[in-house]
Amino acid sequence: MLTARNLSKRFGAKRVFGRVDVSLDAGGFLLVTGPNGSGKTTLLRVLAGLAAPTSGELQLPAREVIGYLGHDPLVYRELTPLENLELFGRLYRVPERRERIGMLLERFGLWDVRHERVGTFSRGMQQRLGLSRVLLHEPELLVLDEPFNALDAAGADLLDETLAELSSRAFVVATHDPERVERLSTERLAFA
Amino acid sequence: MNYLADVAALARKDLLLELRAKETVPAMLLFVLATLTVFHFALPRGAGHVAALGLLWVALVFTALLGLTRAFVPEREQGLMDALVLAPCDRSAIWLGKVLAVLAFLGLAELVALPAFSAFFSAVDGRTVAAVALADVGICAVGTLTGAMAVAGRARELILPLLFLPLAIPIVVGGVGASAGAGGRYLGFLVLYDAVFGLLAWASFEYVVSET
Repeated sequence: MLTARNLSKRFGAKRVFGRVDVSLDAGGFLLVTGPNGSGKTTLLRVLAGLAAPTSGELQLPAREVIGYLGHDPLVYRELTPLENLELFGRLYRVPERRERIGMLLERFGLWDVRHERVGTFSRGMQQRLGLSRVLLHEPELLVLDEPFNALDAAGADLLDETLAELSSRAFVVATHDPERVERLSTERLAFA
Repeated sequence: MNYLADVAALARKDLLLELRAKETVPAMLLFVLATLTVFHFALPRGAGHVAALGLLWVALVFTALLGLTRAFVPEREQGLMDALVLAPCDRSAIWLGKVLAVLAFLGLAELVALPAFSAFFSAVDGRTVAAVALADVGICAVGTLTGAMAVAGRARELILPLLFLPLAIPIVVGGVGASAGAGGRYLGFLVLYDAVFGLLAWASFEYVVSET
């Protein structure tokens, strides 16, 4: 699914990370931890195919099977949840789009606000929508940067449940709250 | 068919965003009207029709620049370029959708600008309208590409004009030439510019937005 050998990334003279080896198959869960500025987000961007490594070998699956959640939920604030998911569902060629969107909005508690603008939502609700966007096309590799960010207790429990249900997929998750997903992780990468 | 449907979905998204935010088009309308008003008072009495036409083109290019500066704001502010780039659609569809949206905004601004020019200076003939329409295509094609380049940089407000204006010089030459007299030859030049630069922008967008 995902293989990285001796991966490193530099921004000019600054070394962000180096000598990272990752091998992840379906069912694998890589937990990435470390303090702010240690390179977690950059590594996740590289592993999602959004940034090129400076050196090393990287084999990624096709981008249609990658689901990426960044620091931001990556949804348009002037659009409604329904319009956002319709757009990405169209771009990802999601079959039976309407049903899938309805199911995700129900699951993440956004069905009742599906016609309201995302800009009026709390950060936690936006995160729920961001997670719905990531799961929309049923990706095989999920790259999630701080997925528990801004979620309330119910939202975090829902995400726990969702991650457990999707345990046959491959995950790369960066978090400041490793205890939350420790039981799911099969590999761990700790940045200093 | 999928490609065109993607383009339509992306363009529709940009039109919806503008319909709700109402930021770009009102700013473009106000800017072009203010600019033409300033030119009306700045142009000496007795200055010819050709001089006024030159100023029309200056106003249109800078109005377009204003629209282009805003073109990628939602993607930049909300990090959405990552989500679009990861989608499995052809990345040039992102460019083409944005071109169509900016073209619509610019067209709206010109629907006001051309009658205003006629009121302040002199009547606009069919050749000028044709030149403006052809120039719009080139401006939006090249401008959207340079807008995408600028959005990745830090000094993006500086980078866009620096990249776009040199590339817009042939459009101004063609536009002024077509509207000031030698119509056919310059209209042909604008068609050629649109074809060549449109194709180049379409083909190179992928490399502009992807680091990998």
